[in-house]
Amino acid sequence: MYPDYLKDSLEKVNQTRSKRLELAKSDKPVYPPMNAAEREDVLSKFHPDSASAARSHIRIGPNKGEQLTTEITDLLEAHSMLDPKRMEESLANPDYETDMLIIGGGGAGCWAAITAIKNGIKPMIATKLRLGDANSMMSEGGMQAAVTPQDSPTRHYLDAIGGGHFDNKPELVRALTEDGPEVVRELENLGVMWDKMEDGSLQVLHGGGTSHKRMVSCRDYIGAVIMRTLMDEVENHPDEISVREFEPAIELLLDDKGQCAGAVLYNLDTEQFMVVRAKTTVITTGGFGRLHIRGFATTNHYGATGDGLVMAYRAGANLKFMDSVQYHPTGAIYPEQIAGFLITEKIRGAGGQPLNKDG
Amino acid sequence: MSGDQQNETDDKNKAVSDTGKPEQPQARMVTVSIMGKPALVPDDSTIMRAIEYSGQQIIRGAGCREGFCGACGTIYRLPGDYRIHTGLACTTLVQEGMALSQIPSVPLEKAVYDLETLTPDVDTIKALYPVVFRCVACGTCTKACPQGLQVMDYIQSAMRGDIAELMELSYECVGCGLCALRCPSEIIQHKVAILGKRLYGRYLRKESKELDIRIRQVKNHEYDGEYAELMSLDREALSERYYARDTE
Repeated sequence: MYPDYLKDSLEKVNQTRSKRLELAKSDKPVYPPMNAAEREDVLSKFHPDSASAARSHIRIGPNKGEQLTTEITDLLEAHSMLDPKRMEESLANPDYETDMLIIGGGGAGCWAAITAIKNGIKPMIATKLRLGDANSMMSEGGMQAAVTPQDSPTRHYLDAIGGGHFDNKPELVRALTEDGPEVVRELENLGVMWDKMEDGSLQVLHGGGTSHKRMVSCRDYIGAVIMRTLMDEVENHPDEISVREFEPAIELLLDDKGQCAGAVLYNLDTEQFMVVRAKTTVITTGGFGRLHIRGFATTNHYGATGDGLVMAYRAGANLKFMDSVQYHPTGAIYPEQIAGFLITEKIRGAGGQPLNKDG
Repeated sequence: MSGDQQNETDDKNKAVSDTGKPEQPQARMVTVSIMGKPALVPDDSTIMRAIEYSGQQIIRGAGCREGFCGACGTIYRLPGDYRIHTGLACTTLVQEGMALSQIPSVPLEKAVYDLETLTPDVDTIKALYPVVFRCVACGTCTKACPQGLQVMDYIQSAMRGDIAELMELSYECVGCGLCALRCPSEIIQHKVAILGKRLYGRYLRKESKELDIRIRQVKNHEYDGEYAELMSLDREALSERYYARDTE
């Protein structure tokens, strides 16, 4: 089952197993707890953010002088793919015109499109890969919404603010927590099959950092179920929603007042630049795990390379929290099929023991 | 693997190390044909890694890389085996002599519908996907499914108008469309599956009264006061409140 080169490691694990099992059974700590100095020593040697190169000062743009994650700094400082002189003709004659340009075709992009058509707006989704190729598709366990009588949107608010070390933007956290229950119902009306109790109430579990049970779920496929439902709904409106796949936006366009007026797309098949004139533009491009920060594996989607952040920055937007990266402490590196796959914290809660290379 | 094949593989490994090409120690190499091009790749590679290892860039044909998204449907043949095999490039390992091709997209005509006007029964299936009634129960779709789903059985459920069973049997469909490409009756199984799931979620679910109440509470602005108070707190007061919060 394991390749030859893992033989020695397996041998070491086996050698220490009986002793670890004995300790675990006797309720004694399997590992002596680390003191503060030991902890600091390990973190400073191994935590991805502790390397001096993990963050660097950005030299240009709205966040100039701030320390950002190095991989992000490098992208923000990079040159554009475009030569503005060669774009003059197509800027005068845009290839597409739309009420609303949505950049990114994941969960947020599809939801934005569905919301737009309800309000009489005909949007266009421009996405780098296929519609639905996004981190939304990969969510497994569940999502948080305060739907039970024991819970409340304000309890959810407090949990989320605390989880963000009180740095979050309050109005965004309020929108997230207050809209949650209605979003659960709207998704249900689009055909999302929530896990339910006998009496029809939603099945809820605890998630990381929750004071009350509020994780609603679709078995282990919440992201896939929601994403496929939203994609199917977008595709039910071919006359209202135009979808351009494999045509990522690469730069935003500004009008003479400095307001966003669309974007330039890059057609991955024909290698042409396509100009979109839009009355309004929404960026729904998600995160940047696929930049493989500090060379680590990632749980993120193939397309999660922070494109929207870079575009927005080049157009003059100030970026927030670009010094922060969320690292999950446990993940798979073998076998290849699940490299980068998240190993849930439940594993350790259930008694799993992390071992180092010495067993 | 026969002894001869083993020796051949060892020779290839040697050839690689002689050229000084960087590779993890002791990796064994196999030869695969990637869309017609032969390539020497580590034998513990997924098809996806093998394609990238060979230097090709994947534009169509990679997504979540973990078996959720269905972007990487792949067909392949093996030496001495007449059959066409199917798999996801992200979860299928290469084998010596494998000849493979990724499926960049699955051409099909999805039914366009307004969910609000449908009924969760066989009439909807007849109206939107009459093609399902061409099913000859050959089981090719089931054999093609990389998720190991009983695809033919859920198409039979659709024919009977059993929407709950259609939903249940197709729950873990990743939408790669390999079933639809292999089907001799030209059914687009994975699209029938998503229709069935949406009909179930919309019409056959149990209603949550708790959710009705909560939505009404929010609409009636019952939490406005608590929000206003929480949002007025400074960092320290908020922190105090957070660490003293009640838990379930």
